This record gives sequence, C-alpha cells and structure tokens, in this order.
Amino acid sequence: MQIYLPIAEMSVNALLIFGLGGAVGVLSGVFGVGGGFLMTPLLMFMGVPPAVAVGTGANQIIASSVSGVIAHTRRGNVDFRMGGMLLVGGLIGSTAGVWLFAVLQDLGHIDLTISLSYVVFLGVVGGLMLIESLQTIVRSQRKGSKHRSNAGRHMWIHGLPFKMRFRKSKLYISALLPLAVGVFVGVLTAIMGVGGGFVMVPAMIYLLGMPTQVVVGTSLFQIIFVTANTTFLQATINQTVDVVLAMLLLLGAVVGAQFGARVGAGLKSEQLRVLLAALVIAVCLKLAYDLVATPDDVFTLVLEAG
Amino acid sequence: MGRRATTASGRRPGRPRWMVVGVGVLAGLLSLVAVGLLASARAQQTVVPLVADLSKHLVAITTGFTGTDVLLFGATDGPGDVVLVVRGPMTRKVVRRKELWGIIWANRDSVTYDNVPAFYQVFANRALDDIAQTSVLSRHQIGTEHLAFTLMSQSVTDSFVPGFRAALVRLKQKQHHYGIRTMPVTMLANRLFRAELHFPANVPTGLYSVEVYLFRDGDVVSAEITPLVISKTGFGADLFDFAHQRSVLYGLAAIAIAIVTGWAAAAVFRRV
Repeated sequence: MQIYLPIAEMSVNALLIFGLGGAVGVLSGVFGVGGGFLMTPLLMFMGVPPAVAVGTGANQIIASSVSGVIAHTRRGNVDFRMGGMLLVGGLIGSTAGVWLFAVLQDLGHIDLTISLSYVVFLGVVGGLMLIESLQTIVRSQRKGSKHRSNAGRHMWIHGLPFKMRFRKSKLYISALLPLAVGVFVGVLTAIMGVGGGFVMVPAMIYLLGMPTQVVVGTSLFQIIFVTANTTFLQATINQTVDVVLAMLLLLGAVVGAQFGARVGAGLKSEQLRVLLAALVIAVCLKLAYDLVATPDDVFTLVLEAG
Repeated sequence: MGRRATTASGRRPGRPRWMVVGVGVLAGLLSLVAVGLLASARAQQTVVPLVADLSKHLVAITTGFTGTDVLLFGATDGPGDVVLVVRGPMTRKVVRRKELWGIIWANRDSVTYDNVPAFYQVFANRALDDIAQTSVLSRHQIGTEHLAFTLMSQSVTDSFVPGFRAALVRLKQKQHHYGIRTMPVTMLANRLFRAELHFPANVPTGLYSVEVYLFRDGDVVSAEITPLVISKTGFGADLFDFAHQRSVLYGLAAIAIAIVTGWAAAAVFRRV
C-alpha cells in the first residue's frame, strides 16, 4: 500500500513504515531510549531526506515516549524530580547545541561531525555498558550472594554542593550532577538529532547510580520534552516535520512501546543492559563501517538551501 | 471530405496521360483518399506545420499518488523527425565529492550548478544522432550531455569540473528524474505521433514545459511548447501549505497529535 508524504515529497509503502515504527517502539519501551538513533538512519536509508527524517523522527518519539512514560508511571518507575533536573539541563544544553550546529555547518563538515559523534558515543557507551553488565552477570552467577552496588560507593561526586534527595531513585546527591548530565545530553541532541536516551540511560546508571528500572521511565519522561522542542524548532525553522509520515510511525510505535514496557519489566536489569549494549555497538559498527568503506558513489547531490 | 476528394479527382485530367492509364481502378481510389487527406490537412494547417497537446495539463499529486502517465499526441504537416523534451522547473544543485582522509571518507570538493532542470527526459522517433548533428542538438539542449548548467561556484580546479557535471546527471538519473535513454515517439503514417510521458512517484513539483521539435534534414523546422503543471492537491497540498505558512501552529499541532496518540495508546492498552 503506497502513500504519498506531502512534506517529504515522496511515496512510501505504508506497511513498511508501520513496521519500522513498531520495531523502534518496542526498543523504546524496553530500554527507555527514544529509538531516534535507529529511526533516523533507517528513514534516510529508505530515501527520506535527512532533514525530514530528523524532524519527523523527533515528532514520532514524543508519542512513543508519552505512551512509555504512562506505562512506567503505573509501575511507579518514574522519578519526576530527577527528570525535572535533567530537563532543565537538557534545555540549556540543546540551546548551546543549536548554536554549535550552526558553527559546524558554516565550516562545512556537519555530516562528518554527526557520523563521528555517533560512532564515538555509541562505541564508548555500548562498550562500557557491555563490559560492566557482562561482569555483573558472571559475578552473580559465581557467587549469587555477593552483589556490589554503586549506591554505597563514595566518590568525588558526592562532595559536590546543593544536595537533593531523590526518593524514587533512592539517592541523595548534588543537583548539579543531573543538571550537568542534562546539559551534555542536550548538546548531543541538537547535533545528532536524537532524543539522547542512549547516552542518558547509561549516564544515569553509571554516573548518577540510579536503579535501572527507574532510569527507563525517567529517561522517557525527559525525552518527551527534548523531542517536543526539536519538533517545534524543525517545524518552524526548516518545515521538515511530515505529520503523515509521523502518524504512520506513531501507530506502529505506540503499540510497540506498550509491548516493550511489558517485556522490559520481565527482564533482569543486567540482561536489559547487555541487550541495549549489543544494540548500541551494532549501530556503532555499521556507522563506522560506512565512514571507512569505499562509498558506492563518491559524489553526492544536494539542493542548495536559500 | 468526400467533396474534396471529388474536386481532387477533377484535377486528374491535367496529369500526364501515361500516369492515369497506369493506375488501376482500386489503386486509383486509394490514391484519391490519400490526396483528399493531404488536401484537407493543408486546408486546416497551412500556418501550423506542427500541433501537439497533452492528455492533461495538470498532474495532481494526491495522497495515493504513485506516479502517473501523460499522453502527448500531435500531428505534423508531413514526414519528419519528432523530438520531445520534458523539462522540470530550474533548480540550483550542489555536487559534493568524498575523498579519503586517512581512513575516513569525507566530503571535500564541491561544485554548485544553477539552471539545473529538476526533471528532464527526451523522446524521439529514432536515434538522436540520426536526426541531427551535435551542434543542432546542443543549441536546443536536447540530450543530457547538452544541458547548459550554469557553474556558480567551485572549490576545485577546472579540470575536475566534467567529473562533477557527469555526476550531477548520473545522480539525477538514479533518482529517476533524468531519463537514462531517449524514450520512443510513435509515428503513424508519417503524420501523427504520440508518446507516453511517465512521471515517477518522487516527481518534483512545479511548472514543466513539454517542448516538441519537428526536424527535417537535420534542422528544426518547427517547434511548440506546451506547459504542464505538476502540483499537490487535496489533503497533501493543504498540509504542505499549512506547514510552510503557519509553521508555528503546525509545529504545535504536530506535538499535540503525538501526545494525544501516545496517551490514547496507553489508555487502550490498560484496558486490554
């Protein structure tokens, strides 16, 4: 079934888009990542112009995140206080990121910067997560009783001022920490055109020491606002949000996110982390391969803007 | 028509006697019809050696649009070669070339071209080389190799430019916006011609021109330009206009739709 997308100005198979939305929705529900880091490249691969893929992807992620947050709230897995702090940082960071994006665009290497940041961040995050979670699994299998947690450890970050109590996360840490994580992820969001969940989730687990189950819902909560901001900016500045494409992705994604949240609740947090790490590394390797491999065509064609 | 045939037959006695004798009764009748056709055509088209029209002048892109065919048909005042050129609106394009930087492929040089037709396809009744010389084809920009792109700016030395130009044509062909080969024009009795113009699903919108050339002895003896509008209509067009003219409202609406959909899905799934 072919359907014409008015903003992307192309015709696509509706069922294929629906399926893509569903697959990304499941990931979103299980891992608490928006799925933008998969959705955006896949849409581009189907021939959707990159700008439309980024803008529309953000719009679609809002819906799956709302759906996911509601599902997680029912299970009491959203720390709104933590989410709020991350959000404030995220808004500051994304504003700075938009400015940085403009500078890089002037220099003419924005595409390469985007690809390289994907490879670096996906690689580092995925690698660290995989090592850590595999170690945890091996350790818990050898000596079931001896389980080390981050929560009790004393690090330099616990000496920071403005301490706040995050009851849901069972943490008493400086408010500057989630704020800083938010700023950092906000910058990435603007440059890479994603919700930033794949960086946010590991940062919350390893840097802030939040329990994995709370991390997912809280991350999704924050992603709603970041992607809403991206959607608005893309719609007003570039007119690259295709609501027809977004609706097709949405229908698949909202259903997928619900199933994903159920699947995620049934998995152990170590297993969840291994799976997410494997996924992140797979995407990283694909992107790295594309950068290094000899392209089919060394020439590319773009419509000059303005 | 019948009356004209009679008048034509009235002229017959003026012809050389051997010819009248040599033609049989049946053959004579056939020739009368042919002469009659010629006469009628001449009577109506003495000023226009070439007429052509399209089956439709507006291609409407609706939500279910998957590409379309438009029929071009016409007539000439006698034997000759017919060449059609379908040209989309002019655009400005940047061609970038990747180069190996260490181990990474990155964009390096770029060339900007103006006057690049968004869509381009040539139709002819036989091979272009047989119809006219390169100089003639070039003058009328017939064939992708004769498109007169305007070089706007370049970051490379002149010697690299042909590679960029070829890449521009090749990439447009890959998008199905430029024809890879000349498509056929069907001629009927050296007088009537027709051609099927195909527009793919990703056809660029805008004002197109369909140029029809009549060639005789390797030169253009007549030409006609027919406009063709390709535009979005209905829901798709309304949405496009809304997105471009009231982008703030559109952005807010897109966010609202997404939130409501997500919420609705969560509500539905709770009951299940």
